[in-house]
Amino acid sequence: MDYLLHTIIVALVYTVFALSLNLELGYTGLYNFGHVAFFAIGAYASALLSLAGVPVFLGMLVGVTLAGMAGALLAVPALRLTGDYFGVATLAFGEMMRLFFLNERWLTKGPMGLPGIPRPLGIHAGVSGLPLYLLLAGFLALAAFFTVYRITHSPFGRALKVVREDEFVAQALGKNVFSLKLRVVAVGSLLAGLAGALYGHYITYISPSDFTLNETILVLLCVVLGGRGTQWGPVLGAFLIIFFQEFLRFLPIPVDFGRVVAPIQGMVYGAVLIMLMLKRPAGLLPEYKV
Amino acid sequence: MMLKVENVTKSFGGLMAVFDVNLELGYTPITGLVGPNGSGKTTLFHLITGFYSLDGGRVYFSGKEISGLSPYVISRMGVVRTFQQSRVLPFLSARENLLSAVPGQKGEQLASLFFKPRRVRREEKQNRDRADEVLELIRLAPLADALSGRLSYGQQKLLELGRVLMAGPKMILLDEPTAGINPTLIRRLVDVLKTLTLQGVQIFLIEHNMPLVVELCDQVFVMDSGNLIFSGSPAEAMRDPGVIEAYLGKADHAA
Repeated sequence: MDYLLHTIIVALVYTVFALSLNLELGYTGLYNFGHVAFFAIGAYASALLSLAGVPVFLGMLVGVTLAGMAGALLAVPALRLTGDYFGVATLAFGEMMRLFFLNERWLTKGPMGLPGIPRPLGIHAGVSGLPLYLLLAGFLALAAFFTVYRITHSPFGRALKVVREDEFVAQALGKNVFSLKLRVVAVGSLLAGLAGALYGHYITYISPSDFTLNETILVLLCVVLGGRGTQWGPVLGAFLIIFFQEFLRFLPIPVDFGRVVAPIQGMVYGAVLIMLMLKRPAGLLPEYKV
Repeated sequence: MMLKVENVTKSFGGLMAVFDVNLELGYTPITGLVGPNGSGKTTLFHLITGFYSLDGGRVYFSGKEISGLSPYVISRMGVVRTFQQSRVLPFLSARENLLSAVPGQKGEQLASLFFKPRRVRREEKQNRDRADEVLELIRLAPLADALSGRLSYGQQKLLELGRVLMAGPKMILLDEPTAGINPTLIRRLVDVLKTLTLQGVQIFLIEHNMPLVVELCDQVFVMDSGNLIFSGSPAEAMRDPGVIEAYLGKADHAA
């Protein structure tokens, strides 16, 4: 039962994370391969502040804001690049942030990570805190869901799609493409920061190895599997992926074999991605029927 | 002068696409731009609307210099263009295509979405009504909710014109609006163009269909290999030896 609660909480964290990536990838067509960086910034900033005695919610707020600002700062130079090059630049940024958290030991304790991150509202750090934390995560995920809904189901969301479909047309229609993208990356990073903060305070221990390219690929898979550019796609994708991942633990696999299984997981995700591209390129909940 | 193009020059590597072109559009309702393929007409449109940067010269619109401005700024000033190939937004519905063209929407500002939702909704309602009017005008109302990528090529071109209409322009630059569409739809398109001029919108169009140019245009410019070789009435253009030569080659070659 506790294990189910745990899985749902992680799925909710990834729901928020996937919703934020979907704004960029699904609605605007921006391939951000460094999205985990903002997840990490939210997690680290919030964790460091709350460990320093700042109230947890204030720490989360600062973490979220910092992630949003970092997104805008990255976007200004990175958005000068188009298409694949934007992807390469963001990929590099994601790796840079991981190395920053790994090497700036005075701040982050490097590879040791940060243990003992407090949970908000005095929620117990152990198993007994699970139901309350689930409520908190559910509430914040719902807030993120409606924020994204408001943004995408609006003239702003429509303008994003125009940019995605044809940048030249967008310009001919008087859309400031750069400004639209900048704003969407800022909001996307902000929400990724929220997911990161939610994650850090839940797990209560973070280290740089929690924020690698693997996490970016995982969240990318959530979005693509569920359905790019749809409201429910990322939610469905996040729940399917996280439940699948946790379900794998129950398979009767010998311990020695475990070392082999971990990389196999990556291969399974790769295979799922390829299958999707071939069979259901628009995901399980496609944006439109072709 | 509504539009003034002054000594405009653009080259691609060794190719002089547009060379020292000067032209002025007064208040003529419909002006044509003709010339053989590759004569630099589309390049000139790209230069006027800011999609290409100028190598030399200036462009003015109603007295203000617009050369060097971003395409979206020029569009917001009221100079809106279409593209040679139909460029609808395929995965948006016909109505959404039109709605996306409305300039200065409050709902495109994030703060308004959260703090002035009622105003955004009211504005969106007005825009939808206007889009439905335009859909009636271009006679695509029954297809309002269809993905625009599924419309026929001619319908897509009409939709593009409708989109330009929604942008509330002062001047529209149309790049071969009738290319590749059937005669019935051409008539429908011409009707829309005439309605537009009645509303005071100026039209500058690239067109290969000469009878149509003669029918519609009050003034015509002719380009040949990057140079402006003629300006005047369409009837004069048809008789001008230089224009005939540009299209058919020199008389002694022909003989």
